[in-house]
Amino acid sequence: MKASDIIKNGLIKENPTWVLILGMCPTLATTTSAVNGMSMGLATTFVLMMSNIVISLLKSVIPDKVRIPAFIVIIATFVTIVQMVMQAYLPSLYDSLGLFIPLIVVNCIVLGRAEAFASKNNVWHSFLDGLFMGLGFTWALTLLGIVRELLGGGSIFGHSIIGGADGMLLFILPPGGFLCLGLLMALINRLRKNAA
Amino acid sequence: MAKKAQSTLINMFLSLTVIAIVAAAALALVNAVTEEPIELAKQKKTNSAIKAVLPEYDHTENLDVDGSSCVLAFNANNELVGVAINSGSDKGFGGHISIMFGFDTDGNITGYQILETAETPGLGAKADKWFAEGGKGNVIGKNPGTNNLKVSKDGGEVDAISGSTITSRAFCESIAAAYEIFKKI
Amino acid sequence: MKLLNISGSPHVHSDESTKKIMWRVNLALIPMLLVAIAYFGLNALLISIVSVVWCLLFQWLIEKFIMKTPSTISDGSAIVTGLLLAFNVPATKEMILLVGLGALVAIGIGKMSFGGLGKNPFNPALVGRVFLLISFPVQMTTWPTAGKLFPMTLDTVSGPTPLMLLKEGGTEALPQAWELFLGHIGGSLGEVSALAILIGAIYLLCRKIITWHIPVAFIGTAFVFSAILWLVNPELYVDPVTSILTGGIMLGACFMATDMVTSPMSKVGQLIFGAGCGLLTIIIRTWGAYPEGVSFAILIMNAVTPLLNRWCKPARFAC
Repeated sequence: MKASDIIKNGLIKENPTWVLILGMCPTLATTTSAVNGMSMGLATTFVLMMSNIVISLLKSVIPDKVRIPAFIVIIATFVTIVQMVMQAYLPSLYDSLGLFIPLIVVNCIVLGRAEAFASKNNVWHSFLDGLFMGLGFTWALTLLGIVRELLGGGSIFGHSIIGGADGMLLFILPPGGFLCLGLLMALINRLRKNAA
Repeated sequence: MAKKAQSTLINMFLSLTVIAIVAAAALALVNAVTEEPIELAKQKKTNSAIKAVLPEYDHTENLDVDGSSCVLAFNANNELVGVAINSGSDKGFGGHISIMFGFDTDGNITGYQILETAETPGLGAKADKWFAEGGKGNVIGKNPGTNNLKVSKDGGEVDAISGSTITSRAFCESIAAAYEIFKKI
Repeated sequence: MKLLNISGSPHVHSDESTKKIMWRVNLALIPMLLVAIAYFGLNALLISIVSVVWCLLFQWLIEKFIMKTPSTISDGSAIVTGLLLAFNVPATKEMILLVGLGALVAIGIGKMSFGGLGKNPFNPALVGRVFLLISFPVQMTTWPTAGKLFPMTLDTVSGPTPLMLLKEGGTEALPQAWELFLGHIGGSLGEVSALAILIGAIYLLCRKIITWHIPVAFIGTAFVFSAILWLVNPELYVDPVTSILTGGIMLGACFMATDMVTSPMSKVGQLIFGAGCGLLTIIIRTWGAYPEGVSFAILIMNAVTPLLNRWCKPARFAC
């Protein structure tokens, strides 16, 4: 397997959000603004990268029958580290992401990559896979956050674009998350098809 | 590639134990490093809320009235200048709203800060500026004892946030609750 | 040699076509349009025209450039959607612009994203309306008062609707039942006059485009449920006659719940569908945060329609 394939898989070809459609709960819940979406993506990227490395290192010493509990313990450890560090040094971000940081533990992408990739490949490839799957997730969440913030609040990354207007509230609320996700997914898959 | 560990009882037991111990150790380490900053960040949040709602003060003292925590603020001469009271209402549009109110010694509202809210963004969430100085529903400087701080639709003198009567009512209810506590001090 | 084409029963011949049905629905909507123009004047006329034009334009654009299928705008269904959407918004000058966004959502998301007319699970006009209500709650709940007849001004005086008065907790300021019936009240364009709605509905019934099941079950359930509440506490709850004449119950029951695409096929299913709409409407009005619940109630029951179709399948004869 070539490194460039892994990179392309994570970012586009097997993008966790647009193609694999994994981890929809944080995708919909945290993308009310571009900053929140990006932070959630980066936090997940860190967990994904670290857990992929560790699981790949330990793959020969973890017996098959207990691999899921072992993976979960490793993932949960990194999630808790992210949570504590964020709470200590980025309290306002922690307040706005809140519950969804601990929920990274049950994000299917993390366990999915551990099971499907890291437990079968070497450390270098697993690291790349974790990093670029995470970045693929991050750009998807950031894009979704930008669109929802722009339509719903008239700003991007907190900078007001449309002066004074309130925007269409629906897009900040949960139904707008579903609508945006569906429309963007349709658009991106159409672009992918055209490019192929 | 190294041979994979077999799923024997001893292997499973050992691997999980070791992983759990290492994880616990790592977490203990991170916890030790971040414990203090977390505590500081929490304090900073409360302090900045107290500062925002009260006039200039020198030092503070905590007080519990009927289970609600209040903060008494004194100036350099040890005279009471204001009280910050944690209040809230369960009748917000998105459930519970928690608001800290500041009162001066006469019971005039000196400021407020919304601590927790689940109100709709763009509507009820506007409450953070709406009732402040310069907002349309300004309550700063008013006294719940002499002014009728209710939503104008209910016969009071507070203009409700347009489109969010429910949030505005919850806000006024919180003022009343905070003032009840103030009277007991 | 092929002599005959054999097809399965039923061998019923009818000159009904989608086009014919839709144009008849449009005809039935005209009394409401006239009443709206009479009470709300220029705004009502402009909102209706703008809404219909946007609906037609979006349908044409989507079919030409995204779906790449022959245009179906002449079947009249986009006009029905446009008119119903216009009838569901307040007649203020802000809405002349905003209704375009509603039309985009109604046609683009409510109808074409599912594949066009006949494939949409939800009533497109209501999808557009609920989008506007949630996105622009302030503008969508600022209703002009019905002043003198045929006002030709864009600026309006806003006032509460009967349902808003109720939500604020007062039953004494309510208009009389006859005012409600004729429609001289604040409200969305098409919902104010029960009389105009009934004229349109009777025409549709005579043309057999709708059947009595959904409207009667809808209005009947709403009437009975609000009567029960009223008997329990007449101080707190409104009397059932006012209840069914205010807000969108009449319009929703006769024109939106009866949409052929999104309502159940069997009679029993339609009765359950109508009863569910009526029940949900009163529940949302009484205990919900919004003063009106008709659009939410119909959309929720739209979602249940496939289940009702499966559950209330009529018994098959022969075969």
